Amino acid sequence: MSDLRELYQQVILDHNKNPRNFHAMPDASRTVDGYNPLCGDHYTIFLRLDGETIREVSFTGSGCAISKASASVMSSTVKGKSKEEAGQLFDTFHRLVTGDASGLSAAELGRLAAFSGVSEFPARVKCATLAWHTLRSALEGTEEKVSTE
Amino acid sequence: MSAVIETKSTYDVAAVRRDFPILARDVRGKRLVYLDNAATTQKPRQVIDRLVRYYSEENSNVHRGVHYLSELATLEYENARAYIRRFLNARDEKEIVFTRGTTESINLVAQTWGRANVREGDEILISAIEHHSNIVPWQMLCAEKQASLRIIPVFDNGELDLDAYERMLNPRVKLVAVGHASNALGTINPLRRIIGAAHANGSLVLVDGAQGVPHLTVDLQALDCDFYAFSGHKVYGPTGIGVLYGKQELLEAMPPWQGGGDMILSVSFEKTTYNALPYKFEAGTPNIAGAIGLAAALQYVASIGLDAIAAYEHELLVYAAARLQEIEGLRLIGTARGKAAVISFVLEGVHPHDIGTVLDQEGIAVRTGHHCAQPLMMRFNVPATGRASFGLYNTREEADALVAGLHKVIEVFR
Repeated sequence: MSDLRELYQQVILDHNKNPRNFHAMPDASRTVDGYNPLCGDHYTIFLRLDGETIREVSFTGSGCAISKASASVMSSTVKGKSKEEAGQLFDTFHRLVTGDASGLSAAELGRLAAFSGVSEFPARVKCATLAWHTLRSALEGTEEKVSTE
Repeated sequence: MSAVIETKSTYDVAAVRRDFPILARDVRGKRLVYLDNAATTQKPRQVIDRLVRYYSEENSNVHRGVHYLSELATLEYENARAYIRRFLNARDEKEIVFTRGTTESINLVAQTWGRANVREGDEILISAIEHHSNIVPWQMLCAEKQASLRIIPVFDNGELDLDAYERMLNPRVKLVAVGHASNALGTINPLRRIIGAAHANGSLVLVDGAQGVPHLTVDLQALDCDFYAFSGHKVYGPTGIGVLYGKQELLEAMPPWQGGGDMILSVSFEKTTYNALPYKFEAGTPNIAGAIGLAAALQYVASIGLDAIAAYEHELLVYAAARLQEIEGLRLIGTARGKAAVISFVLEGVHPHDIGTVLDQEGIAVRTGHHCAQPLMMRFNVPATGRASFGLYNTREEADALVAGLHKVIEVFR
């Protein structure tokens, strides 16, 4: 069970049960679908941008606990950040879940640290990064469906 | 009931398990509980040893050399075909074409028979519970020919609506392509009625037998389907080998598919004469070891007894389904009256992918996801399911382990 507790940390279970910013945004400036065909995880990410700043983020959709909690944590983490800062957070997050966390400080990680257990479960990395990949393409303005397969 | 009790006393699952070396291994510190047989089955020593013997003592190319080993390899390859014909009760060995598997078999029919016979405005019927491999080849064909693909609906219990099917039959229907048993739900389709109605309508029938051969006795002459496709690896044989059965007169009339060696009689730059059946459809060096290994797998299955296996698996299915239903919040997807030993389920509040990860930590292998049947998942309004699929070596204790594992899942996500 220890590996499982490491993967399904309380923060993840909490965000899975009570996802933050879990609603559609009719007046979003960007809307992008993210899809993981392997497990059927499917989310829509809504962004309201103000110049270079992410004013609001929300999402809808369904998927496993890891993907949903990741979308939830992502939405609260990048809110108020600049596009560039959001991109850096994704890089940090990606390093964390792929087991390349050396040199990442607790301060840098913040709430993202809850996903440290994912690196022990390579099959779940795609679940954890789906929302982030979708966010990135929303920020880049590529209004297409994102797939992590 | 007496038949079931008799089966219980004569079916020696412990002896069967000893034939499968992999079942003795641990996974993540726990004894492996392998319940992903609908994806692929494990291989008995009889198959593994046969492959080793082929490569150690018999390996050569077939249908070419005059030397000893080539004759031996050819003999064993053709013996495998002959055994598979007997196993399936096909009329003639010419009707047994070796392919890479079910998917390639279906694509072969779509690309040769289909392109030659399906025209604009024609219809192909498939069912709502097909695997992608029995959907996409027909979509591709229909798109090319401007034909339409129509879907036989399914009831909430996973059984096909056969009255609706019979109403869909009309002179434009050239082919009905259905699974023998559903990989995602386990539903065994009533092929006799489906085939009878199609033939009365002048339509051909292709059966996707990927989940048929592993669980059911297949008598092709009695069944009277026009094409039957299956894979070796789902019936305890090697990967990369499968069979397309086709009625001889249909295969004769079909154009070849891939061009190359072995499928020709003579080649000049002006004209090529194609080989006779079944070689017309076996271009290039075939999967010789795979064919021989597949025959060994079917011999193994026959040595245990198809009826005994079916009775044992059915008993296991009934037991496992009953135990799973004791779990609060668990819902079975697919409760057809006739089912192969496949159980799809969802657990309230827990995504199947998370179930799969937790069970994996217990050494339990199940499939989670859409099971290559996305339209089916949409029909049942679930993004994915967990699926436990049983084989001839699974036990009640393993079903119990699955139930215990699911309780652990609930504990983590409570």
